[in-house]
Amino acid sequence: MGSRSDDVLRLTGAAVRVGGRTLWAGVDLSVGVGEFVAVLGPNGVGKSTLVKVVLGLLPVSAGTVTVFDDRPGQHNQRIGYLPQRRSFEPSLRVRGIDIVRLGISGDRFGIPLPITRRARQRRRVEEERISEVIDLVDASALVDRPIGELSGGEQQRILIAQALVRRPSLLLLDEPLDSLDLPNQSAVAALVSTICRQAEVSVVMVAHDVNPILSYLDRVVYIAEGGVAAGTPHEVITSETLSRLYRTPIEVLTTTDGRLVVVGHPEAPAHHADRHRGAGHGPH
Amino acid sequence: MVLTDVGAGLTWNLVDDVRQLFQFGFMVNALEAGTVVAVMAAVIGWFMVVRRQSFAGHTIAVVGFPGAAGATLVGVSALYGYFAFCVAAAVLISAVPHSRGKAFSQENAVTGTVQTFLLALGFLFVSLYRGNLNGINSLLFGNFLGITRGQVLTLLLVALGALGVLGVISRPLLFASIDPDVAAARGVPVRGMSLLFLVLLGLAAAEASQITGALLVFALLVMPAATAQRLTPRPLLGGAIAVALGLAVTWIGLAVAYFSPYPIGFWVTTLAFGAYVAAALFTRSTTGTGRAVGVRA
Ligand SMILES: Nc1ncnc2c1ncn2[C@@H]1O[C@H](COP(=O)(O)OP(=O)(O)O)[C@@H](O)[C@H]1O
Ligand SMILES: [Mg+2]
Repeated sequence: MGSRSDDVLRLTGAAVRVGGRTLWAGVDLSVGVGEFVAVLGPNGVGKSTLVKVVLGLLPVSAGTVTVFDDRPGQHNQRIGYLPQRRSFEPSLRVRGIDIVRLGISGDRFGIPLPITRRARQRRRVEEERISEVIDLVDASALVDRPIGELSGGEQQRILIAQALVRRPSLLLLDEPLDSLDLPNQSAVAALVSTICRQAEVSVVMVAHDVNPILSYLDRVVYIAEGGVAAGTPHEVITSETLSRLYRTPIEVLTTTDGRLVVVGHPEAPAHHADRHRGAGHGPH
Repeated sequence: MVLTDVGAGLTWNLVDDVRQLFQFGFMVNALEAGTVVAVMAAVIGWFMVVRRQSFAGHTIAVVGFPGAAGATLVGVSALYGYFAFCVAAAVLISAVPHSRGKAFSQENAVTGTVQTFLLALGFLFVSLYRGNLNGINSLLFGNFLGITRGQVLTLLLVALGALGVLGVISRPLLFASIDPDVAAARGVPVRGMSLLFLVLLGLAAAEASQITGALLVFALLVMPAATAQRLTPRPLLGGAIAVALGLAVTWIGLAVAYFSPYPIGFWVTTLAFGAYVAAALFTRSTTGTGRAVGVRA
């Protein structure tokens, strides 16, 4: 696992403390350009905290973190961020397109009226980019409706468009598949993977069920009470490693076409795992 | 009362009646003050509704009442009492500890208790003043008589300043209001926005109190904005509709109050409520009810 200088993100021996308690320690991770990395682990181990560390919102208590070869927080305009569990209240009367637009100009002070020629030109370029990302996530039929009226999956697509609108080099997605039904999970996972490959965007996705994204991953980080393990999916996602981390028996099955399926995952409810198994479908 | 005071009456001739409205200096002052206040309250109210801070807005306005009563007691214009107490209340509210960016959703019982005490305090001040008995009515339910040129100018300057600041911070404020986590990651000072907005809200509540009285500020602060949001989710159009509605209910309310014995706050509130109900019925019949999204908190 490298420390190539083109790494977008690098953690070396990193540890973090919140409220006087060490959540995780000894995390080594590097994310290269265009890589798709998953951060996995049960609730409460500090996955979201890891994302906040990368954004520079929290310091590490040991080790180092570099983002774009600099301190965290210095280049957040190059990061597209999707926080955990954002659903808008049903009564929020703001359109999807305005939510996407905030991704481009939401941090800009000044009267929002393009008065000068240059401002009008910039507005035109930005509006083109906005409709481009909206097409990319296939949300053009949704963005004129108030965001609160959309379903969870539809809101998630619009939020991904918002995260992408400034052409970030790094996407931080905190449990974007949570609360989505299975077809929507695979659709969003495939969309993120396409963006990652085609636009060379590095993706760090927090998840607690690895199956929907497993086939797209270059690297995984498992955080659990039993420690931290990082590496390629084939290195980390083994029955031994996962059972050790979770301190409970976990089986990793290999399908006939060589794909991995995690069974007995403590975070996935039984019927959920059964659904994967029963349908005989591993990751696509 | 008003009728006999000014010795004028409704002629049912629209041209004559409108001309009559502009005949007296106090009425011109009232119309100008109402115009300024309606615009400011509608725009700031639009953000307040998006931020779900109506409760904070109401608390701030109620706190204005003892301020205005106290100011009258010590011989200062009630307007300055409103300003001082509303802005102080805004600053205090922003200091109330809140969980997860949901500013001021907690501590409702505490706020309710303090609010009630302040209402009582205002009543005490009015009683101590022993001036005319109408004092308490105009502080609580509005009064358009006796607005001076100086006050109109003060209202205008404060409104221009507040709207200027709001214009400059409008995008970061909207971002911080609906998406605080992402806004913070993008470097928007979310807490600073929250404090600044509450101060602007305090100024708007103080100005609105001058027209509608402390208890009825929602007529100008919430109703036009809430009605506009029912009609359109577009921010600029919504703001424009809110302003138009605010102006309409204020002007019509002033005109009707001039010819009637009831306080202006009553008329403005009734008109604004009518507009809201009409918009609610209209949107329900055209779009149906919004689909609820079942997601856990
Ligand atoms: N600001 C904070 N102060 C104290 N404890 C915190 C704070 N933020 C998070 N925690 C705790 O840190 C732990 C990890 O949180 P989080 O990173 O959200 O976990 P995950 O995303 O893996 O579910 C939780 O137990 C949470 O209660
Ligand atoms: Mg989390």
